[in-house]
Amino acid sequence: MRALIRFGIAALILLAIYGLEFGVEAAFTEYVQRIILLAGINVILAVGLNLINGTTGQFSIGHAGFMAVGAYGAAFVGVKLAPPVHGALGSGPLADAVVFNVALLVGALFAGISGLIVGMPSLRLRGDYLAVVTLGFGEIIRILFNNATFLGSATGYSGDDPSGLPAYTNFFWVFAWATAIVTLIHNLTFSQTGRSLTAIREDEIAAEAMATPTTRLKVTAFAISAATAGVAGGLFAHMQAGVRPEDFRFERSIDMIVMIIVGGLGSISGAILGGIFVAVSLELMRDLQQYRLVLYALLLIVIMIVRPEGLLGTRELHHLLRRKKTAKPATPTESA
Amino acid sequence: MSLLELRAVDKIFGGLHAVRGVSFQVEKGAIFGLIGPNGAGKTTLFNVITGVYTPEHGQILFEGRNIAGLKPALIAERGVARTFQNIRIFRTMTVAENVMVAGHHLHKASIADAMLRTRSYERDEQALTKRAQELLEVLGLAELAHEVAGSLPYGSQRRLEIARGLMLSPQLLLLDEPAAGMNSQEARTLNEQIRFLRDQLGLTVILVEHNMAVVMNVCETIHVVDHGETIAQGTPAEIKSHPKVLAAYLGEEQPGNQALA
Repeated sequence: MRALIRFGIAALILLAIYGLEFGVEAAFTEYVQRIILLAGINVILAVGLNLINGTTGQFSIGHAGFMAVGAYGAAFVGVKLAPPVHGALGSGPLADAVVFNVALLVGALFAGISGLIVGMPSLRLRGDYLAVVTLGFGEIIRILFNNATFLGSATGYSGDDPSGLPAYTNFFWVFAWATAIVTLIHNLTFSQTGRSLTAIREDEIAAEAMATPTTRLKVTAFAISAATAGVAGGLFAHMQAGVRPEDFRFERSIDMIVMIIVGGLGSISGAILGGIFVAVSLELMRDLQQYRLVLYALLLIVIMIVRPEGLLGTRELHHLLRRKKTAKPATPTESA
Repeated sequence: MSLLELRAVDKIFGGLHAVRGVSFQVEKGAIFGLIGPNGAGKTTLFNVITGVYTPEHGQILFEGRNIAGLKPALIAERGVARTFQNIRIFRTMTVAENVMVAGHHLHKASIADAMLRTRSYERDEQALTKRAQELLEVLGLAELAHEVAGSLPYGSQRRLEIARGLMLSPQLLLLDEPAAGMNSQEARTLNEQIRFLRDQLGLTVILVEHNMAVVMNVCETIHVVDHGETIAQGTPAEIKSHPKVLAAYLGEEQPGNQALA
């Protein structure tokens, strides 16, 4: 029964996203649609990064690397998987959906495994080692792809077809994935695991003294975070004709950090707002592209002065709304 | 067999011999006091027992097994809970959440269960919430369950640390200056709570404390260290008049001095 209700809700949400897609396609120019897709991808990136940087308090500054692994992984698998799947299922939308989603999952898996490899040595220690290691990882991955001839080296990977990668990414898939990832990470954050991750952020020594398996939890959270960046990378790759190493420079990691700091470190709704903010502001600043790091630095300084906890702090929008509702009638404090 | 036995434990920080050859036994169900002047090595001993530090020499037997050098989380899992001298609660979390963090052994559901909110996850979550509420009632914090822990008054934060430690279902509870910053009324309540923990919950308690009213009232055995070495052990009455203890605290031997009374 319960499973049935949940299945129904999921189906309804997917249907709503599917319906919205038609609305968006009718109402907006392709340019605006592209920004909307980028905003959706940013939401995935921000919510994933917030799990490790915000909730767990372990700072990663190289998440573009995991996005790159996911992008290249999904692009490569998508290209290689298409012929056999098309052979078996014909070349309709069903076959495309299968190829695309399997490719995204494999990309996420690759990114998650890279996360394990990076996280296992650097998260065993307390302190800021993760920041240093992820900074290095982001650059190493980019340079690796820059030199991998079977992935097109510096010109990037665009598959075997001269027309480039198939444009699988559309409104439906971006927002279906975004909804799924936000839901899963929300559930994780507000669970015993999430409490333990927050405890690690608040006081790692106390968390250990309370039998929290800190290393295992940190590494797990980091791998999940890396895998979500991988999904975002796969969606990003299939928005364009090819993936290029320069799409995943250090600036992209900074963009992601700006998303979660603007919204409020540790808040999922904040990360969502921050992701949308960065997508829009990057477009508005398009002519100032080379100054964007300067502008972001300025923005971060202003935030630090005016509102150091970000837009929402560690709060969640739906919790704030709920509190307002329950706060009105003067109910006696809970005690049992 | 004693619940906890230290055998000739040494802890050295560079040139500082913080703990030197300390041995003692704590019987099951005891309320054991560990006192000494500032810098005597009391908190270092707690840190060695709970795995924060690995001792250079010696053994720490808990339930007959050597736990020296094990990771803190593992020692906590075996049943050693502690509080901290400089309160280490999870400040941004609520009081109830603070306690629930220590409930790992009650929460067997996997991360996937949590993400998908399965039945087994919700069952574990309910059990955990219920247990946390019970423990908060024991420490008189039930009314504050949904307050942010960092906003609590000092004394309540100390009691929250005890409640959180109890969530581990420990055998042994190490309290590091639980009465620090408490007024005399709060300290009296603390005495009753410590006795309650032993009598009703069957805990063994080791207490590091400077508040002599608490130590002398609640402890049955007191172990005194100074400069990392044992100088005396005995009942409160014996310790009060022990010449070496008086010397350590007052710097000279003055029989009949009432400072420790």
